[in-house]
Amino acid sequence: MSNNLQDKIETQEYIVNMGPQHPSTHGVLRLMVNLEGEIVKNVDPVVGYIHSGIEKMTESLAYPQIIHLTDRMDYLSAHMNNEAVALCIENALQVEVSDRVKVIRTLMAELQRLASHQLWWCVMGMDMGALTTFFYGLRDREMILDIFEETCGARLTLNYSTPGGVMFDLHPNFQKRVKEFTKYFRKVLPEYNQLLTGNVIFKERTVGLGPLSKEDAIAYGVTGPTGRASGFACDVRKHNPYSAYDRVQFNEILRTDGDTFGRYQARIDEMYESLNIIDQLIDNIPEGDYQAKMKGVIKLPEGEFYQRVETARGELGVYILSDGKKNPYRVKFRSPVFSNLWVLNHLIKGQKIADLVAVMSTLDLVIPDIDR
Amino acid sequence: MSQDELISRLSQLTEEVTVSMGPQYVTCQVAPTHLHQFCKKLKEEKDLAFDYLISLTGVDMPEYMTTVYHLESTTYRHMIVVKSNTANRTEPTLPSVCDIWPTALWHERESHDLLGLVYENNPDQRRLFLEDGWGFPLRKDYSDPTRIVER
Amino acid sequence: MAFDIYDFTTLTSSIHQSLSESLPPLAVEMIEWTLVGLSMLIFVALFGLILVYLERKVCALFQQRLGPMRVGKWGLLQTIADFVKLLMKELITPNRADKFLYNLAPFIVIIVTFMAIAAIPFAKGLQALDFDIGVFYVSAISSLGVIGILLAGWASNNKYSLIGAMRSGAQIISYELSVGLTLITMIIFAGTMQISGIVDAQASGWFIFRGHIPAIIAFIIFLIAGTAETNRGPFDLAEAESELTAGFHTEYSGIKFAFFFLAEYVNLFIVSAMATVLFLGGWQPLHFGSFEGFNQVMDFIPPIFWFFGKVMFIIYMIMWFKWTFPRLRVDQILTLEWKYLLPVNLFNILLMTLIVLMGWHF
Repeated sequence: MSNNLQDKIETQEYIVNMGPQHPSTHGVLRLMVNLEGEIVKNVDPVVGYIHSGIEKMTESLAYPQIIHLTDRMDYLSAHMNNEAVALCIENALQVEVSDRVKVIRTLMAELQRLASHQLWWCVMGMDMGALTTFFYGLRDREMILDIFEETCGARLTLNYSTPGGVMFDLHPNFQKRVKEFTKYFRKVLPEYNQLLTGNVIFKERTVGLGPLSKEDAIAYGVTGPTGRASGFACDVRKHNPYSAYDRVQFNEILRTDGDTFGRYQARIDEMYESLNIIDQLIDNIPEGDYQAKMKGVIKLPEGEFYQRVETARGELGVYILSDGKKNPYRVKFRSPVFSNLWVLNHLIKGQKIADLVAVMSTLDLVIPDIDR
Repeated sequence: MSQDELISRLSQLTEEVTVSMGPQYVTCQVAPTHLHQFCKKLKEEKDLAFDYLISLTGVDMPEYMTTVYHLESTTYRHMIVVKSNTANRTEPTLPSVCDIWPTALWHERESHDLLGLVYENNPDQRRLFLEDGWGFPLRKDYSDPTRIVER
Repeated sequence: MAFDIYDFTTLTSSIHQSLSESLPPLAVEMIEWTLVGLSMLIFVALFGLILVYLERKVCALFQQRLGPMRVGKWGLLQTIADFVKLLMKELITPNRADKFLYNLAPFIVIIVTFMAIAAIPFAKGLQALDFDIGVFYVSAISSLGVIGILLAGWASNNKYSLIGAMRSGAQIISYELSVGLTLITMIIFAGTMQISGIVDAQASGWFIFRGHIPAIIAFIIFLIAGTAETNRGPFDLAEAESELTAGFHTEYSGIKFAFFFLAEYVNLFIVSAMATVLFLGGWQPLHFGSFEGFNQVMDFIPPIFWFFGKVMFIIYMIMWFKWTFPRLRVDQILTLEWKYLLPVNLFNILLMTLIVLMGWHF
């Protein structure tokens, strides 16, 4: 009898469209979520709402102009994006930049990484329902943004690197303010742990949730802290050092748990490493030119060039195919978030809808970087 | 494995591959018919172990289309570039490598979306960023009269 | 008309007398009910506004910012401005929503809060309804609110709303159990269900001190379950901004949204008031055994200030939870209730019974 009744009742898949306007997709990402009650059956990300055609635009722009566009991809690691293109062009032209430029770029990149992780941390708390973290993170991020503003006039889209160097020399206050910041931030970081990391509810919700194995991380190309939490040694700074990373001592944060808490902890630990790198470099900024002599019109030799850079979210690859003209034939950005996003379905199948938000925020998605 | 060793090792792998030294990395040129088999070997041979597909790029050349694969081995840390050209531009098809490296599924989808390359055996060849019926903007003959982007 | 801030019975009885002199009993009854209703209405509206303002200030305090500062001195008029804005907003009804139920839901939620507030003793003699089953009445009435929430979620024709409403249903029905059992614990101790009787019994000492261990356990459980029952963080699953946008009231706008909003804060008040009545002595001042001087100083503070002071303290605690803790997941919320709070509660009832039977209390 009850079987008969069950046959008669028609059931329908419960599809919820999360986004493109949703508080926790952090931008215009749309997730088509198949639900069965609270359980997520399948997630199909729909992207392209902020596709700006950067790769197409670059084909009609001169090389130094391309750098301006890269800020707008992953706007939270703007400096690393700039640096990647600048390095790729320098590499193609065989230009040697001064040590000063290398150190400045490294310092800026690490500050940018800290700022990005701070924003990630506060948004992570907010996604989990702890709204107070948002203000703590932004309070500290503001100090870094002030340093950026003083250095290059911009707070978010830095646009600081140019082919052959950086746009301006450092501001005289730079060293002092960075030192103030690192001293302050070392004191505040434990506060972050007190507020969120040690919280019972937070641990209950994250430990063991959405585990990603090392093999899967490699197969899906998941890089950055997300991949390293699973044990995938993918830190470009360590394995293919660029700029001044070969002259500083730092640890590649590798964890084995690979769950949501592991990804969270990996980023927190990475903040300490970034502080270490800054401390090592801030007192030894070598003297030298901040801009190498470049030709008025930059033309890359024929051929293809690839540059890998570690942004706050993972590995950024810049592929430039040049036919010897003043603008490139084809540019491709291998953006970290694009690869990281697609592992979401793999991680979340069979979990609750609340976990979807938690897992998604540890992937640290920045939507323009997916769409480009 | 140093780059010279890589060149000799890769040349031995199959006959249908041209291995040369590019500006940065060792570059292998493979015919589409052998691409899948070659990639499988790259991943499975113990001393090569290219298990990490960094990037997959479609390029529109004047007479044909190309897909460029950047590969790295996470055990040995060596990198190579694999390239494969389609026969023509009218029906640009290449075998999919998404069963070897799952990440390729979406990279191929992106390439399909922007360049119109068709990857055989890729289960998900929907458009990614753009609407159905949009042209293929990264092709060189793409024209958009409302937003003029010319080289 | 005699007015005594320490005892409102003189005020109420003098009103009653002066009305009875010139009017028939039925008319007196009607006028008195209207008066009570009006004062309740004004109280709920005003106190709701004050609580919203307080919440924003408290949350600003935890988040190292100032909160509303622009409208009026220290932003005091901000909530009034917000309320006026909500009054003037367009009322949107979603397409293919169940119009009748959709419009009914906010009224159920707000009416229930009014009904519950009638039994709260604000001060001596200032209580609209003093049943002999007062505690049971409040508990029964406050669990009706979930019907409004379920209706809102169902009738909105929105998937987020439905998930939010179902979560809320599961959560409130579960936590109702904990609230009920803690109430039973305290009723065993008090020996009466009449709210005024419970308050009077605490003249010599608050129940949380007199009932020591089981009373403190019951108080903590009541705070947790009460927070859950008002759908506030860390139990705000029904709204769950980051998951379900706004949960059951996603589709509501204007004054209907304001009803839900107001009801949330009034429910917060009811939970805090019940905690005050049951554990912290209602409007009774703090007395310590035979410290006569101390007790006299405490007696000097009027009961109504005692009552609101205690209520505000508990409200502040509940706000503190909300702005500190991350949100729980739906299965964890049910685990907490059924696996931890319920057994502890049942054991606590036994403990309380034992203590009352043996006379091991103060």
